[in-house]
Amino acid sequence: MPTKITMTVNGQSVTKEVEARTLLVHFLRDNLQLTGTHVGCDTSNCGACTILVDGNAVKSCTMLAVQADGSEVTTIEGLSQNGEMHPLQEGFREEHGLQCGFCTPGMIMAAVALLDRNPNPSEQEIREGLEGNFCRCTGYHNIVRSIQYAAKKINEPKKAVAS
Amino acid sequence: MTNYIGKAVKRVEDKRFLTGKGRYTDDIVLPGMLYAYIVRSPYAHAKINNIDTSRAEKMDGVVKIYTGKDIAESGINGIPTGWQVNFKNGDTMKEPPHPLLVADKARYMGDGVAVVIAESREEARDAADEIDIDWEELPAVASAKKATEDGAPLVHDEAPNNKCFDWELGNPKEEVDKAMKQAHHITTLEFTNQRVVPNAMETRAAIGQYEEATGKYTLYTTSQNPHLTRLLLCAFVLGIPEHRVRVVAPDVGGGFGSKIFHYAEEALMIWCSERLKRPVKWTSDRSEAFMTDAHGRDHISKAEMGFDKEGNVLALRVKTHANLGAYLSTFAPCVPTWLHGTLLQGLYVTPKINVDVTGVFTNTVMVDAYRGAGRPEATYLLERLMDTAALEMDMDPAELRLKNFIPPFDGVEQPGYQTQVALQYDSGNYHAVLKRALEMVGYEKFRKEQAEARKEGKLLGIGFSTYIEACGIAPSAVVGALGARAGLYEVGQVRVQPTGKVSVFTGAHSHGQGHETTFAQVVADRLGIPLDDVEIIHGDSDSVAFGMGTYGSRSLAVGGSAIVKSLDKIIEKGAKIAAHKLEASEEDLEFAEGKWTVKGTDKSIAFGDVALTAYVPHDYPEGVEPGMDFSSFYDPANFTYPYGAHVAIVEVDKDTGHTKLKRFIAVDDVGNVINPMIVDGQIHGGLAQGIGQALFEGAMYDEDGQLINGSYMDYTMPRADDLPSFEIDRTVTPCPHNPLGVKGAGEAGCIGSTPAVVNAVMDALRPFGIKKDLEMPLTPERVWRHMQS
Amino acid sequence: MVTNKFDYIRAESVDDAITLMVKHGMDAKLLAGGHSLIPAMKLRLNAPGVLIDIRKIQELRYIKKDGNKLVIGAGATHHDIATSELAHQTYSMLPEAADLIGDQQVRNIGTIGGSLAHADPAADWPGVMIAAGASVHLKGPDGERSVPAEDFFTGFYMTELQENELLTAISIPLPPEGTRSAYKKFMQPASRFAIVGAAAAVTVKGGKIERVKVGINGLADAAFAAGNIEKALVGKEPTEANIDAAVEGTGADAMVMADHFASEEYRLHLAKVYAKRALMAATQ
Repeated sequence: MPTKITMTVNGQSVTKEVEARTLLVHFLRDNLQLTGTHVGCDTSNCGACTILVDGNAVKSCTMLAVQADGSEVTTIEGLSQNGEMHPLQEGFREEHGLQCGFCTPGMIMAAVALLDRNPNPSEQEIREGLEGNFCRCTGYHNIVRSIQYAAKKINEPKKAVAS
Repeated sequence: MTNYIGKAVKRVEDKRFLTGKGRYTDDIVLPGMLYAYIVRSPYAHAKINNIDTSRAEKMDGVVKIYTGKDIAESGINGIPTGWQVNFKNGDTMKEPPHPLLVADKARYMGDGVAVVIAESREEARDAADEIDIDWEELPAVASAKKATEDGAPLVHDEAPNNKCFDWELGNPKEEVDKAMKQAHHITTLEFTNQRVVPNAMETRAAIGQYEEATGKYTLYTTSQNPHLTRLLLCAFVLGIPEHRVRVVAPDVGGGFGSKIFHYAEEALMIWCSERLKRPVKWTSDRSEAFMTDAHGRDHISKAEMGFDKEGNVLALRVKTHANLGAYLSTFAPCVPTWLHGTLLQGLYVTPKINVDVTGVFTNTVMVDAYRGAGRPEATYLLERLMDTAALEMDMDPAELRLKNFIPPFDGVEQPGYQTQVALQYDSGNYHAVLKRALEMVGYEKFRKEQAEARKEGKLLGIGFSTYIEACGIAPSAVVGALGARAGLYEVGQVRVQPTGKVSVFTGAHSHGQGHETTFAQVVADRLGIPLDDVEIIHGDSDSVAFGMGTYGSRSLAVGGSAIVKSLDKIIEKGAKIAAHKLEASEEDLEFAEGKWTVKGTDKSIAFGDVALTAYVPHDYPEGVEPGMDFSSFYDPANFTYPYGAHVAIVEVDKDTGHTKLKRFIAVDDVGNVINPMIVDGQIHGGLAQGIGQALFEGAMYDEDGQLINGSYMDYTMPRADDLPSFEIDRTVTPCPHNPLGVKGAGEAGCIGSTPAVVNAVMDALRPFGIKKDLEMPLTPERVWRHMQS
Repeated sequence: MVTNKFDYIRAESVDDAITLMVKHGMDAKLLAGGHSLIPAMKLRLNAPGVLIDIRKIQELRYIKKDGNKLVIGAGATHHDIATSELAHQTYSMLPEAADLIGDQQVRNIGTIGGSLAHADPAADWPGVMIAAGASVHLKGPDGERSVPAEDFFTGFYMTELQENELLTAISIPLPPEGTRSAYKKFMQPASRFAIVGAAAAVTVKGGKIERVKVGINGLADAAFAAGNIEKALVGKEPTEANIDAAVEGTGADAMVMADHFASEEYRLHLAKVYAKRALMAATQ
């Protein structure tokens, strides 16, 4: 029996009917055509499907769409503001933090949450903070650099204001 | 700026990936599309007595269910292999059929037996549970060595002792035996180079689309190799007309070898679509990927290396059992033979080498090329021998290598180096990479630290590895003589548009390598135009004339060279037009910075104006065709031979056996570098995979052929906090035989790193004596047991 | 990747959830964070007909001090506990363990109640709860009851929870002054669950150990209290030598598990090593 759900996705309210078993990631990909969120595994390990639900990073393959009823959802497609890349998107480009691009949306969304909680992470904290995201291309080396780049960029204007 | 070669240009493909606008196969939704779910064998080896689909057929949304019987009755062929290796006695290798779905018996856990096609993914999945299969389980064999023993279960009746082929290369056995007899010391190792799962983050997917009105077939697939897939589909598997078949490999989320091959699901989706007149999509689950993607490695080897008193290598003898899995995948016979045996010279002047390989069928998923493909296995063997020999002879492992290295040669002034195992190395200064690595690691200082640490009971270790690989495969005539059933050239087409913008079509395929940037750098640099004026098109057989795909670190060396050939033709033709317009002779012109200039004058014409003239040939040289569009096939004169030296430093926890990789230093020589940022990224990724094999990864089949760690809950993927930041550098020895002087960078990291890590752990465990029998991955329990024994 | 079909009902309150459980019986499963249940359903290892979602029940999500106890609502996420100053002040092993569970995404959604009720022998919370001397509060159609954590885990994925009972909260008596704690975990490298996890809470007075409690998870089919350590250390000075002696025999009576990551023998060895590491961290 389909259930009607409403949520805000990337700032826009959407209402759709879904089967109870529809995973949030499939809802985004199939019903909203937001195919930037990827499925990389079926055991909740790889993190390719990471999005923000009510500001928290979650694995959208391990949440039912009905569970997100009433929530605010941000996917990779909603990260740029007014055509301006988010500092993390910019960081990944500047530091070559992506190769095949498949893990990238989930990696960036996880990094958004990571920097949100810890704006000045050490390399070790970044590495530990990414334990829920697999990348098979980069060896993580440049992903760490990319997040460091973004952290610096995000913190810079604050420092300028403070001084 | 038009000077792009050698610069860390940011990638032009990044924007779409960073904004969620990449277009991968599973992202594609076609009108009227159906969804396929493949029912697979839960057993490694089992007869199918009966399949009852009647209940499933009545399920909601089910359109059709096909079984192996339907496939067999349609009379289509199975999946062929692309390489033939014969028995030593000249007999043809055993090549049993590999049907799209099996009808009689399943030969590995995951073998496809039926496909359910339904209106939705969910309905296809639900119906699959309602199919009843009467299985009769048969004894299975998963180990390549056990499979060759008398009485072992037979995977294919036509392959006695499960042998696909046996094969030998190098000096005659007797010569090697004789050299061994003169040895002062012989180091012997017996080990398994374990089976690993490639694990590209995007699982495989395929959409078959047959359009009745036009008779056209389209396959969207996660392939590193769309044209070869088309060729195999048309010429071997389905017999459909190649000129009406389009294969598209859109954005592909990593491959590492596992997406080179033509898989049954690709042909199956086309076959189903043709019958149902609707597009059909199949997307692999990760659990399914573990069972059905071709795995890598899985060699059981015995290797012996003989040395004289001074530590000079006298001879090498290798016997390998290579697991090929249940069927022959596209490159399977080539990997343990021509990509493994030929690399056993390594960087050393070993005068006598004999390698003997038996290719074996087992009840496991196919084994084929995985990043490095044969070359990591060869390197592992040589480099474990080197470090073990150094320990046994009480010599320094770095010194032992330096002593045995082939002297430097540039391949121009000095000829290439002819090995004992059929290859001629192109150019190299092998001492330079190891010396640089020693400098970076601070070798002497480290040895002092290590001695201090040992006094405190800490287990610090350093491990070395040097490697050489044969890349950029390769001269077609050579690979043909070695058993390849296809040529191995590449195609590069350059189409200058009337406005001077340039479209480039390459048969190489980018699935992370950044071709859209690197190739554009080459084109923009050569033509003297802005990078943004160049677009690289790949992965669509309707756009790109032909191609042999991306693997074996070949894209730039072979595909890039094909583009350069076309660029040369463009410039040559442009000169004719320019000469006409400038009223000068061609000899008086020079082409630089995007314009033809009459030497010694300020008279010039820009590239864009020449392009426009070519398409609006009103005032035009006689006898010259309009337009500016050239296609070239580049067939290289030789393989390319990147090489390098890797050093690992580890600390082993004495209480638990847990290994912490503390530092990793890599110095690689991949020839000339077009984009250092991208090359570094390739090295990083390769290192992580090679380190993964050393410490974490390994597919495990039990005695019954059950894959027991087929998920990320049980198969350890390296995570960010398992790895250090890498310390890398390079030397540059250009390849003498291709126009870009490049050698290839895709596999280097993965080839060199594995033995360096294992050697480092062995060095750390030195206080417990010299041990040799530690198998990868070096799990904490294995290392701990080693310390107890 | 596709679960079976099921009905989904969002429970509005604890009582509502219990009523729904009674109504749907064995066919129903509670859905808290769902990070064990949903993956199992996707692989069709579990196929309930009804899911009762309790994640949004606000009365279950809290961490508070209640008299001489710290009370954690079953709906508190691992992240809630990892960042709770109150939890940290009570036993530092609480946030320490929370932070070692899964990854940030899992910690944001996974709940302590879900984890305890699921009773994965390799989960981190059971050992910590045992070391903390926690009680697990259960509510069913017949009312409320509480069970000491030490008795709650009865076997492989088995607990004292009865049909139609909901785990509502965990209460932890505030430790006496001079108490320190630690949780140390040897991770299964792929899943990052515990091969062995050891939680230790130690109260030292006048240079002697007055009270010590060690909970071990991962080693056996269910988490357990290492009574041998308690017996050996009470009244002793917290020296390395005493700890070394005390951890001998840890898990000797347990139903020790084995898999391809760790054999029985190795797990038993690790239990000693990690019990020691936790005790050292809590005393040195």
